Amino acid sequence: MTALLTRRKVLAGMGVLGLGLLAGCDTRGQLSYKYGKDLSDKILGRTFKLKNPEGETMSLSSFRGMMPMIFFGFTQCPAVCPTTLARAAQIKKLMGRDGDRLQVVFITLDPERDTPQILDAYVKAFDPSFVALYGTLEETKATAKEFDVFYEKVPAGDTYTISHTSTSYVYDSRGELRLGLSTSLTAQECTEDLLTVMEVC
Amino acid sequence: MHPVLNHLKRTVCALSLLGLAFQASAQTKVDDAWVRATVPTQSASGAFMTVTADSDSKLLSVASPVAKDVQIHEMSMKNDVMTMGPVKSVELPAGKAVSFDPNGYHVMLMGLTGQLKEGDSVPLTLTVENAKGEKETVEVKAPVRALTNMGGHDHSKMH
Repeated sequence: MTALLTRRKVLAGMGVLGLGLLAGCDTRGQLSYKYGKDLSDKILGRTFKLKNPEGETMSLSSFRGMMPMIFFGFTQCPAVCPTTLARAAQIKKLMGRDGDRLQVVFITLDPERDTPQILDAYVKAFDPSFVALYGTLEETKATAKEFDVFYEKVPAGDTYTISHTSTSYVYDSRGELRLGLSTSLTAQECTEDLLTVMEVC
Repeated sequence: MHPVLNHLKRTVCALSLLGLAFQASAQTKVDDAWVRATVPTQSASGAFMTVTADSDSKLLSVASPVAKDVQIHEMSMKNDVMTMGPVKSVELPAGKAVSFDPNGYHVMLMGLTGQLKEGDSVPLTLTVENAKGEKETVEVKAPVRALTNMGGHDHSKMH
């Protein structure tokens, strides 16, 4: 039943998308989400420039045409980060064909320990399409600030762990910020809201 | 009944009784222990389990040969900010199953000596102290599960 509804929704979404493309894709319309937080009145993540593991500079516009879902974390994070990435992989599957347009982006808050090699292996263990981004300490700080992401090192023995904001930020295919997804939501709940975004753009 | 079978039955019965007796002498029970797999050169990972003590106790520490430093951390979530940090000990109230899962307390394996691969087994030694100050060590072999394991209570509702 759910699958059927989803499929219908997807079909409806594709229709609206077609119209949207004709009409130049209405980004003004207020969308109502069932689970996530509407962030369309916020301006976040417009100017960041970070590197992917291949060393290429990436910004939000690098993902134009895709629906980016951006999440901050670090690979030594035992709990929230792998759980959120695993959920993202499930969402991509639940979205079916539309999942091909979902671009999961993992930004490390721990560039000192997360080398490009570790980052790449880590995100690709969840899904080969996932992208990891990193910057210098300053670039990381500036990016987090731009997203209003809180993070802080917490001393742990002779090393440290990191407390951080765990929201996933979703943009539409034109790069407009749309939705904030909390870690408490299920993959199914996220998928429903993501399909709502796709219906418009 | 066949005499040999009968004999076998008695032996099994005696063995299981022995097992019960052994169980009863242990004060702290550890269930469903697992460790999250890592990618090459990743230096830390988490261990998860359910710990039940039969009298009010505290989990003082965890040790493992796969990590230079093992710490007990607590994760909490407030306004979508995940806060983490080490704790000195964890209370184990009598008879209460205390979860060490990705949503709360967990064991951090830091300074890993090598990559943890799915299917490997990680020895863990838990040190528990009861209200009388008596210390007990519990040995566990925790299987390594996929990095992508959701663990704890599965949010996915897919199963």
